Amino acid sequence: MISITDIHKHFDDQEVLHGISATFEAGKTNLTIGRSGSGKTVLLRCIVGLLTPDQGQVLYDGRDIHRLGKREGALLRQEMGMLFQGAALFDSMDVFHNVLFPLEMFSTKTYREQLQRARFCLDRVGLIEAEGKMPSELSGGMQKRVAIARAIALEPRYLFCDEPNSGLDPISSRLIDRLISDITHEYGITTIVNTHDMGSVRGIGEQVLFIHDGCAEWTGTSHDIDGTDSPHLREFLDHV
Amino acid sequence: MNEFYQLGYNSLFIVILMSFFIGALLCVQIKINIWSPWMPRFTIGYAMREVLLLEFASSIICIILAGKVGSNIASEIGTMRVTQQIDALDVMGVNSANHILLPKILAMVSAVPLFVTFSVASGIVGAYVVCKLGGFLSMADLILGLQHCYEGWHLWTAYIKSFFFAFIIASVSGYFGYTVRGGSIEVGRAGTNSVVVSSVLILFTDLLLTNLLMA
Repeated sequence: MISITDIHKHFDDQEVLHGISATFEAGKTNLTIGRSGSGKTVLLRCIVGLLTPDQGQVLYDGRDIHRLGKREGALLRQEMGMLFQGAALFDSMDVFHNVLFPLEMFSTKTYREQLQRARFCLDRVGLIEAEGKMPSELSGGMQKRVAIARAIALEPRYLFCDEPNSGLDPISSRLIDRLISDITHEYGITTIVNTHDMGSVRGIGEQVLFIHDGCAEWTGTSHDIDGTDSPHLREFLDHV
Repeated sequence: MNEFYQLGYNSLFIVILMSFFIGALLCVQIKINIWSPWMPRFTIGYAMREVLLLEFASSIICIILAGKVGSNIASEIGTMRVTQQIDALDVMGVNSANHILLPKILAMVSAVPLFVTFSVASGIVGAYVVCKLGGFLSMADLILGLQHCYEGWHLWTAYIKSFFFAFIIASVSGYFGYTVRGGSIEVGRAGTNSVVVSSVLILFTDLLLTNLLMA
């Protein structure tokens, strides 16, 4: 479980997050939705530790990522997997070595087991036949699937996805959504997905956090979302 | 080894090519513009050797490498930054600066001093070829000039200077690439800035090291 409390973040003189608090439960697909520029990505970057919030706490099962020592922080990071908006695969490596990379860096498995694990992850996302290809040879959807395989290589407890469907066609989007949801339930991972795709919300969303202008405006389940009394969420739903 | 191959070995051809022509051109220029009947004939070979050893093989070659390799490093790392590959490393818990920059710095400081040897050798070959084909100087005079008052320390200063310059190229370019914020325009700007700053720092360090090593 990840809980965030009173997260504030500003850049120069502009405050982007105005004290967001929320809880993201384990074994569930937690969705953060909101308009572009609402602060979803900044919040996610604060949660994963790429940005340090000006104020507030981010607790991973009781461990505050921003107050951990170097060693503890590194250990916590090995429990995290992240799917970036642009997949962020390493250009210099082929698909297989992209997936193998975190295993080579951190796994205590033997090299043979690491190879097996990398193949298993690629097989899990249905891309075992593309293992020798370079990232530039793959479509956007395939790159996202490889990024998912890389994110789950170390069997993470926490999975983060920033706009996993951006730039994808509806069929590929649903495929990525299904993959994220299945992996979350299969391994009991705490998953946080940033999206503004209502197809994802209705398809895989279990817990939903709606952010408007840097504030947590509404939280609930995807089933409750249509009955919301939040005017901004209502407006958001009406325009998608 | 991969970085050594990419940053070092791939630059070897341009180093050899440029040094060959500079060696040849130095001979031609000295013969046409400086040489007089009052000067011994071997002066041409002697002056060419000193220029190659004291400045060209280390400083000028490194300024050329700052343009070729430095901009390559800055734009490669900058692209990694804007495509979130560095963020991906950070999220995994990998020390991204260490993981990306250190192999490049090590590759450069080990490859560039080797270039000094190739540069001096190909400069001499260039001079030899132009003297042989153009008839500017007899082989005996060229060889006498190359051997005249030879100071082994001059070659060592070239190695020492190139070691420092290689560090400057890799670290300055790496810094500009690593700290890129934005998109393709900023990546391009980082490449340009890295070349400018590296070149100025190389010249400044050259001045400093020359005073320290040759005084």
